[in-house]
Amino acid sequence: MNKPPPAAEPPAAEPPADPPAVHARGLTVIRGRRRVLDQLSFDVAPGTVTGLLGPSGSGKSTLIRAVVGTQAKVTGTLDVLGRPAGSAPLRSRVGYVTQSPSVYADLTARQNLDYYAAVLGIPRADRAAAVTRALTDVDLTSHADDLAGNLSGGQSSRVSLAVALLGTPELLVLDEPTVGLDPVLRRDLWNLFHRLAAHGTTLLISSHVMDEADRCEHLLLVRNGTLLAADTPQALREATGSDTVEDAFLRLVESAPTEPAEHPLRGTP
Amino acid sequence: MNAARTFATARRVLRQLAHDPRTIALLLLVPVLLLVLLYYVFDADRRSFDSIGASLLGIFPLVTMFLVTSIATLRERTSGTLERLLSMPLGKADLILGYALAFGALAVVQASAATGVAVGLLDLDIAGSPWLLLLVALLDALLGTALGLFVSAFAASEFQVVQFMPAVIFPQLLLCGLFAPRSSMQPALEAVSDVLPMSYAVDGMTEVLKHPDVTGDFVRDVAVVAGCALLVLFLGAATLRRRTA
Repeated sequence: MNKPPPAAEPPAAEPPADPPAVHARGLTVIRGRRRVLDQLSFDVAPGTVTGLLGPSGSGKSTLIRAVVGTQAKVTGTLDVLGRPAGSAPLRSRVGYVTQSPSVYADLTARQNLDYYAAVLGIPRADRAAAVTRALTDVDLTSHADDLAGNLSGGQSSRVSLAVALLGTPELLVLDEPTVGLDPVLRRDLWNLFHRLAAHGTTLLISSHVMDEADRCEHLLLVRNGTLLAADTPQALREATGSDTVEDAFLRLVESAPTEPAEHPLRGTP
Repeated sequence: MNAARTFATARRVLRQLAHDPRTIALLLLVPVLLLVLLYYVFDADRRSFDSIGASLLGIFPLVTMFLVTSIATLRERTSGTLERLLSMPLGKADLILGYALAFGALAVVQASAATGVAVGLLDLDIAGSPWLLLLVALLDALLGTALGLFVSAFAASEFQVVQFMPAVIFPQLLLCGLFAPRSSMQPALEAVSDVLPMSYAVDGMTEVLKHPDVTGDFVRDVAVVAGCALLVLFLGAATLRRRTA
């Protein structure tokens, strides 16, 4: 993690209570010659569900990869659970779900989870129970012994999500976890996310579907690599005089001072 | 480095293979069938079968493990599983040694089948112990695994990675002494063959073929192949990056 001299932070504005789960100041990511993220500053409060919303190509995935420490060329301050993002002790404390399912197509769902559980250091005796619990959480017990490659898109992305639920991470970072899922399952997953948050897990969830915004307690709106707004859904609607977060987003875009020169076009990493 | 994670990785790689019986069958049968083919090609020349057959016993594991590993690790890189694993508490050595263990185990089975058929059924006439053949074959397999892992870092697709097979393996095949004695090559080529690991793999097999005891040359050959495998595994580990663009 590159750390420039401690950035000038507004010390009084920080609530002294719980330290933020994610703390970013002047976060910038360069890919090629493009600034994919430009001077982002925000905090994610612990035990909340924070939505990272923006159109595809806005830099959501890059921000998520920076938080989990897989993104190169990150500058500025980015602390996760009180440590620089990507530092070794965080690897078992942060759960990460990539946008496309990262599971082995030639293993069954259960075998995938069993392997990742071993990598996460879950003791052999507890592994089977942890795997079954994760499969239950994502409602996949009936397909536990199917090859991941034979599952539907939504099912294999749930296997991928189940991997992140193993080992009870303190911070869960999910890149578009509900894309392509039916409404019932989407509701169930959001209920699961809130249950996890109620037990103290912090969730940072990206989505390009604005109607998921109201399921989050806090929102980060990004566009073209810059942070448009960071607030609760209600405050965003009130501040912009809009009925929906989607309208609020559009008003914010229209009132934004100038278009940035670069258009980061790549959405997926 | 963590033994539990290394073994878990090896087990996972073997489980993936277990879902692919056709690949296992090809891995085990093709070397055996090629040896049988070679036996009848040299129908009237048993001495040539002995020397070429022994060399092939060293070359098969290297080539097949190179192919299998390069594809397997390329898939790991492109499917996102590598990025996910490296965001978890998995050491790079755990991953690489896990692969080496799994494919090493497979190579033992493959080399046992090939050596067993060659010595038992095809009367491959070797002066030394078949166990030494097996040892060299295992080290060759590890070298193949290491090379495959390393080159997969430089390929963006399966198309590219299979092209590394003629690029990395064929020159070694031509210069290893299988087609012409290395001492009879143009001196520059002989010098090149002196630094290519497959030359030592084939030399080691030839030592077992000709000498009943473990010779000094055999020990040198084994040490060179093992050293190369470790060196390339280390280089392979260096190509695994936790942070990518």
